[in-house]
Amino acid sequence: MTQRRSYAVGTGLFIVLGFAALAYLATQTTSVANYRQGDSYAVKARFGNVGQLKLRAPVKIAGVRIGSVASVQLEPEKLDALVTLSIDKRFHEIPDDSSAVIFTSGLLGDQYVGIQPGGSPEMLKDGDELILTQSALQLEDLIGKFLVNGSGDANKKPAPTQGTTKPAGGA
Amino acid sequence: MNGRFLRGGYLADALAQVGAAGLFFFSILGALPKSLRYVRETVRQVWFVGAMSLVIIMTCGLFVGMVLALQLYHTLSIFGGTEALGTVVALSLLRELGPVVTALLFAGRAGTSITAEIGLMRATDQLAAMEMMAVDPIAYVIAPRFLAGVIAMPLLACVFNALGIFGGHLVGVTWLGIDNGTFWGNMTANVDLWDDVVNGVWKSLAFGAVVTLIGVFQGYTTPPTSEGVAYATTRTVVFSSIVVLALDFVLTAFLM
Repeated sequence: MTQRRSYAVGTGLFIVLGFAALAYLATQTTSVANYRQGDSYAVKARFGNVGQLKLRAPVKIAGVRIGSVASVQLEPEKLDALVTLSIDKRFHEIPDDSSAVIFTSGLLGDQYVGIQPGGSPEMLKDGDELILTQSALQLEDLIGKFLVNGSGDANKKPAPTQGTTKPAGGA
Repeated sequence: MNGRFLRGGYLADALAQVGAAGLFFFSILGALPKSLRYVRETVRQVWFVGAMSLVIIMTCGLFVGMVLALQLYHTLSIFGGTEALGTVVALSLLRELGPVVTALLFAGRAGTSITAEIGLMRATDQLAAMEMMAVDPIAYVIAPRFLAGVIAMPLLACVFNALGIFGGHLVGVTWLGIDNGTFWGNMTANVDLWDDVVNGVWKSLAFGAVVTLIGVFQGYTTPPTSEGVAYATTRTVVFSSIVVLALDFVLTAFLM
């Protein structure tokens, strides 16, 4: 009987240890703790080119994460990318004339959406759209531009990325 | 008689083995409800294949994590990317090394003992005696061991991964001097709960089922001689290792 009890206790300890290890892996090695901190609201932004922007890429202000990319879709009529940003409710005081820019962390790192605050007294609400956007900087275009300019026949090929800041929503 | 006949015989034998193992799997599944009466036996088996394997799993996990950090540090320093060490150690362990190495150790530590135990039961006619006493040996002996393997394996893999990441941290941060915050920050930024952690748990569940199935099947169908039990134990390790590595490729291709 005592032998049976010791089996049961040891087995219980083993199972608890196993699940503790799983909980440790789930919370400490992943950013699951950073997700879903309270409610969020959705803000749209249109980009001419999103580059390699992925779902759940961070949205940052001044380098601090305030939300994530909820969806990236092609707008059929305008043929530009409609990006939905899901921003934490705690950060509700963002001026509605702020601009969204797609940055790359590091030279070849992942892309994220940086929001540069504007000066409007009106704040962003759920479903609003950021009018001022700037597309992802394409490393290939940059290299292409550099090569073309370097060889001196810049007029033959139009520079691929010009006027990326555009008032996409209005006009 | 001649070589051609023998080869044909081997191929037919191998196919028959695979078929018999598949049928055996279904008879275990069929006996699972009946084996619920023997919960105590299942608990004892979880203790035996799981808790008793903890020491080897923890030691190996620690050393695998440590050597992984050393090797990756060397490689990453060539590209000037040593700050990615935490990410690479965690992803390699969670996605690949944790489930696979645990399954191989599990086959050596638990699979062999299951085969030898059941094989000896077969050789000493204990299984036949149970049948005569109207105790279904599949429900009383096989199913609890199978269930215990399926329960224990993912938990062991999680312990292995946790110790491996601890070992990687030990080498990377304490010894090689990577910043602690960089190590964890890059890891948490790039490891996904569902794509990486849960993915590894699925893999280890599948490996646990396969390794234990091979173990009980080899034991149950062993020729009832001491030589037969010896061969069956060897075959358990060989077949388990091959199937785990092959299945790992298939599962990775599907789960990616």
